[in-house]
Amino acid sequence: MTLVLPAVVGVLFASGTYLLLQRTLTRIVIGVSLLSHGANVLLLLSGLGAGEPPIVEGHTTPVRAYTDPLPQALVLTAIVISFGMTAFLLSMAYRSWRLTHSDEVRNDLEDRYLHARGGGPA
Amino acid sequence: MSSLILDTCTRAAFHTMWVFSLFMLFSGHNAPGGGFVGGLIAGAALVLRYAGHGTDHVRRVLPVAPELLLGTGIVFAAGTGATAWLAGGQFLQSGIAKLHLAVLGEVKLPSVLVFDVGVYLVVVGLVLALLETLGRQDPQ
Amino acid sequence: MSVLVPLPVAVSLLGAAVSLALHGRVRLQRALGLAVCIVATGTAVALLTIVQREGVVATQAGGWPAPFGITLVVDGFAAIMVTISTLMLLGCLVYAFGQLDAERERLYFHPVYLVLQAGVCLSFLTGDLFNLFVAFEVMLIASYVLLVLGGSQEQVGSGMTYVVINLLASTLFVSGVGLVYAATGSVNMADLVGRLAELPPNLRGGLGLLFLVVFGVKAALFPLFFWLPDSYPAAPTAVAAVFAGLLTKVGVYAVMRTQTLLFPGDGGPSTLILGVAGATMFVGVLGAIAQSDIKRILSFHIISQIGYMIMGLGLYTLAGLAAGIFYIVHHIVVKTALFLVAGLVERAEGTDALGRLGGFARRAPLVGALFMLPALSLAGLPPLSGFVAKLALVREGLALDRVVIVGVGLLVSLFTLFSMTKVWQRVFWGMGPSPEAVPPGARHGQATAPIAGGSRVRPPATMLGATAALVALSLVIAATAGPLYTITERAAADMLDTTDYLRAVLGG
Repeated sequence: MTLVLPAVVGVLFASGTYLLLQRTLTRIVIGVSLLSHGANVLLLLSGLGAGEPPIVEGHTTPVRAYTDPLPQALVLTAIVISFGMTAFLLSMAYRSWRLTHSDEVRNDLEDRYLHARGGGPA
Repeated sequence: MSSLILDTCTRAAFHTMWVFSLFMLFSGHNAPGGGFVGGLIAGAALVLRYAGHGTDHVRRVLPVAPELLLGTGIVFAAGTGATAWLAGGQFLQSGIAKLHLAVLGEVKLPSVLVFDVGVYLVVVGLVLALLETLGRQDPQ
Repeated sequence: MSVLVPLPVAVSLLGAAVSLALHGRVRLQRALGLAVCIVATGTAVALLTIVQREGVVATQAGGWPAPFGITLVVDGFAAIMVTISTLMLLGCLVYAFGQLDAERERLYFHPVYLVLQAGVCLSFLTGDLFNLFVAFEVMLIASYVLLVLGGSQEQVGSGMTYVVINLLASTLFVSGVGLVYAATGSVNMADLVGRLAELPPNLRGGLGLLFLVVFGVKAALFPLFFWLPDSYPAAPTAVAAVFAGLLTKVGVYAVMRTQTLLFPGDGGPSTLILGVAGATMFVGVLGAIAQSDIKRILSFHIISQIGYMIMGLGLYTLAGLAAGIFYIVHHIVVKTALFLVAGLVERAEGTDALGRLGGFARRAPLVGALFMLPALSLAGLPPLSGFVAKLALVREGLALDRVVIVGVGLLVSLFTLFSMTKVWQRVFWGMGPSPEAVPPGARHGQATAPIAGGSRVRPPATMLGATAALVALSLVIAATAGPLYTITERAAADMLDTTDYLRAVLGG
C-alpha cells in the first residue's frame, strides 16, 4: 500500500470541489470529471491486498499471482458511466452557450424574484 | 481546412485501426480487450476522418444511421441475456461453443462474444451520434 | 418462480433498443412502448402475488452464486414499488401521447422513457450495492435526457443544476461503495448484513451516514432538497409527473432499504431521522405556500410529503414502516395525478402561474373534479387515501410518544390544505383572467392558442383518460386500504426481520 494513490484521491477531490464552486460551466464540467476520477481511483484502492482474491478458492494455484478482480470490474463500469456523463454535460454546456452566448450559470429563480423586489444585490 | 499530413496519416492508419479494433473485440474473452475498447478504437478511427473532412465525410465512410447501430447493439447485448434465460438458464448466464474450423483449429466461441459485439456496435453508434449532433459546424 | 424477476428490466431494455432502431416511426414506437409498459406492469403484478404467496424470491443473474454474482431479489417492499411504478409509467406514457409535441416525440422520447423504466425497476430489484449504483445511473441518465428534451433555454438552465447535483451524489455513492468494499470485501447487500455488523460501530455509523446523505440528495431530504423545485417544473408535464411521482421515491426506497437492511442502528426510533423528516416536511410546505405557479407549488409539496415517508422509517417499528410504505404508494399515485392535472390546465391556458388563471372549473368541470380529489387526498382529508396513510403514521407516532414529530406532521397537513385551497381558489374558481393578462404565447414553446374566457375546454382523450385513471386508482387505494395495508405490513415485517431475505439470496 502506497501513500501516493490516497494522496492523488485527495488532490482530485479537492480540486474537483474547488472547480465545482465556480460560476463558469466549463469549470464545473471539469470539476465534475475530476471528482469522478477521484472516486474511481478510490474504488480501485478499495481492493483487497494482493494474495486475497475473493473468487479463487482452494489455493491450488499460487493466489499471490492474482490481484482482486472485483474493484477493477467495478471501476471499469464506473469509468464508462462517468465517460457518458461527461459527454452529456459537455453537450449541455455547449447547448447553453449556443442559446445564451455566455458560459456563466444564471442566478437561481428565487434570487431573481428577490432581486426584482429590490431585495439587495443579485 | 484539410491538411496533407493529417490526410496521409489517416489513410495509413484508418484500416489498420479497424482491423485492430476487431482484433480487440475477439480477443477480449481471456485477454485484454473487449467490445468497449474495440468500439473506442473504431470510434477513434472515425474521429480521425472527422478531423480531416468533417461530419458529412464520416457519413459517407460509414453510411449507417447511428440510431440503428445503437439499437441493434443493445438488442444484441440484452438479447444474449434473454436467450440464456429463454433456454432455461439464469439471466445473462454464458455458454461456450467449441468449433473446429479448417485453418484456425479449435476456436472457443463464448456467448459473451455476442454481448461484446453488441457493446462494440453501441460504442461505434455513440461516436457516430456524437459526431452527427455535436460535430457539425454552427450554421451561423 | 424466480425466472420472472429480471423480466421488467430486460423487457424495458430490449424495448428501448428496438424503439431506438425504429427511430422516426412514431406510431410503431408508441405501440411498442405501450406493449412494453403493459408487459412490465403485468410481470410486476405477477411478482407481487408470488411474493405474497411464497415470500422473498431471488435470482442470480449470470449464474454465479450469491456473494459474487449479480443478485436480483424481490421482497414485499420491492414488489410493491415495482408494481406501483410500472403502473405510473404506463399512465404517464398514455398521457404523453396527447401532450408531447411532435418534434419532442420524434427525438428520443420513447427509447429514453423505456430506459428510465428499466433503471427504476432495476433499482428496486437489485440486491447488490454496486448494481444499485448502476441502476441509479441508468435511471438518472434517462431522466437527464427527458428533462432537457427539446433543449429550450429554461430547460438547459435548470437541467444543469439537476445534472450536476445528481452527479455529485453519484460520485459520493461510488466512493461509499468503494469504502464499503474496502472495509468488508463484499458489495452484495445480503452478504454485507453480517459483515457490516462486525465492523466497529464508529465506522459503521460513518458509512451509514454517507449513504443517508447520498440517497438524501436523490430523495430531496432536508437540507439537500434545493435542486428539486428548480428543475422539475421545466420538464414537459408527462415527464415532470414521472419525476415527481417516481424518481424521488426511488431515493426514498434506497434510504429505507439501506437504513433497515445494512445500517439498522440499535433497532429503536431514530431521533436523527425523525428530525430530518420533520424539517423536510416543514420547510417543504413553507416553500409551497410562498410559490405562485402550480408546478412549483406541487414541487415543494413533494419535498414536504417525503418527510412523512421518512417519518415512517424514523419510527422504525412494524406499524411505522408499513405506514411509510403505504404513504409512498399513496403519494406516487396522487402526486402524479396532480401534476397531470397541472399539465391539463397549462395546456389549455398556456401558463401555470396562479395570477393569470381563474374560473377553470366552470370551463372544464371534469378537470376541476380531477384536481379536487387528489388535492384533498394530499392534504389528508378523510376518506381519501392520504387520510389513511397519515392516520397510520400519527397513531404509531403517538403510540411511541413521539409527540413533536406528530405535531409537526399535523401542522404541515393543515398548511398543505391551505396551499391546495389557494390553488383551487385561484385556478378553478373566480371569473377567469382578464384578456390582457393572458400571455401571448405558451411556455416552453407548446403553442396552444389562448382560449377566450368563457369557452369550454376539451383536452385530448388520452390525457384526460390517463389522469382520470390515476385519480380512480387513488380512490381504489382508499377503498381497499385494509387489504393493501396488510400487504405493506408484511413488506415491513420482511424489512425488520431479514432472515427470509438472507435465506433467499444466500441460500441455506
